[in-house]
Amino acid sequence: MKAVSRALGIELQEVDDWSCCGASSAHMTNFKLSVALPARNIIAAQKDNNRDMMVPCAACFNRFKSAQYHLEGDDALKAEVEGIIGAKYDASVSVRNPIDIIYNYVGLEELGKTVTRKLDGLKPVSYYGCLLLRPPEVCQFDDYENPYMMDGIMSVLGANARNWSCKTDCCGGSLTLTNTQIVVHLVDKLMMMATEAGANCIVTACPICFANLDTRASEKGRLPAFYFTELIALALGLKGTEEWFKMHNVDPRPLLASLGLL
Amino acid sequence: MSSFLEEVNNRIGGVPIQSCYHCRKCTAGCPVAFAMDYNPNTVIKMIQMGMRDKVLGSSTIWLCASCETCVTRCPNEVDIARMMDTLREMAIETGVSVGEKNIVKFHEAFLSNIKMGGRINEPTMLVHYKLKSGDLFSDMGLGLSMFMKGKIKPISPRTKDMESVRKIFKSTGK
Repeated sequence: MKAVSRALGIELQEVDDWSCCGASSAHMTNFKLSVALPARNIIAAQKDNNRDMMVPCAACFNRFKSAQYHLEGDDALKAEVEGIIGAKYDASVSVRNPIDIIYNYVGLEELGKTVTRKLDGLKPVSYYGCLLLRPPEVCQFDDYENPYMMDGIMSVLGANARNWSCKTDCCGGSLTLTNTQIVVHLVDKLMMMATEAGANCIVTACPICFANLDTRASEKGRLPAFYFTELIALALGLKGTEEWFKMHNVDPRPLLASLGLL
Repeated sequence: MSSFLEEVNNRIGGVPIQSCYHCRKCTAGCPVAFAMDYNPNTVIKMIQMGMRDKVLGSSTIWLCASCETCVTRCPNEVDIARMMDTLREMAIETGVSVGEKNIVKFHEAFLSNIKMGGRINEPTMLVHYKLKSGDLFSDMGLGLSMFMKGKIKPISPRTKDMESVRKIFKSTGK
């Protein structure tokens, strides 16, 4: 994310002394906690007059957007949370995920100009999962049943994005440690559908989906998975991509080498 | 004394769940319905019928992955995902014997890790969960391989102003 942002002229500043958003564990067990934890970070980001907050994790993105939705729709809750944090929430920060920033701020034309190595032969399916898109009135991003932005980015990189109907299906993220068999079932279905669509890899913009796809497919069929900025970095010819690929559980290097992309 | 239905509706604060006309779109689109003891729309009916213990003790409310497909597609805008969150909160508060004990233990381990350092430290969170659940050995090989590849780091930065994080937990705790 940092390497691609640098290459695309996106200047990043880490939120001062940030803390965890509480993820599923907070909103599943304590609503108020699930609003106050993200609010602490959004309020910290206000300090430097930042207008955009880039949130590369889909789960965090969802929690931040959800906290904003509730703070802006419920004055009593807002007053209570402001009291707990000891600072005002001013609704000035726009929470955005990196697909949105690259697609809408950088733009496909500009992105295309920076490509030095077309990803010929790479046939990904774009996989968004749940939390970037749902519920739509909270996330306000892309087409919530048939999103298209990631396919657009892949095409500009020279990859042949395949059509499939599972872009927004659930991989079972929050159950991965406690109910692994359910997650294996869901991930296997995704792998099967991706293979049927003629894909040779899966690209996602959610780190939790990525981890699930990379570690939970059974031996029935394992396609390599990528976080989408890894493929942007590869197409931009950025240094260090091979080091990232080595960290994957399903090694994508044989595929990339066979296509002459490494 | 309010009924179970009134209590759930009050906590959700949106569209009353009895607006459901059981088209079963939620259940049809639910990725984990196959593993649930009651389908999502069945839970709504059970709440209407006052079946408090069965609902709060069910596996369904914990297996819900919060993918929000149900609420996105519900023709009557019933917020089923929020309903599941509410039922989970109520299950913890009333101290019923929960249907999926390990999921609750995972959430406890996750949140107590945030309370300790402000940010998740994966190794300590995982060890904490493993000890609580007694499920010590699953994913051992995967964990080790991720550790060797540098995916899981033993030491990770913490939040400095822990006072403010602890205050959030204290003020929102029940």
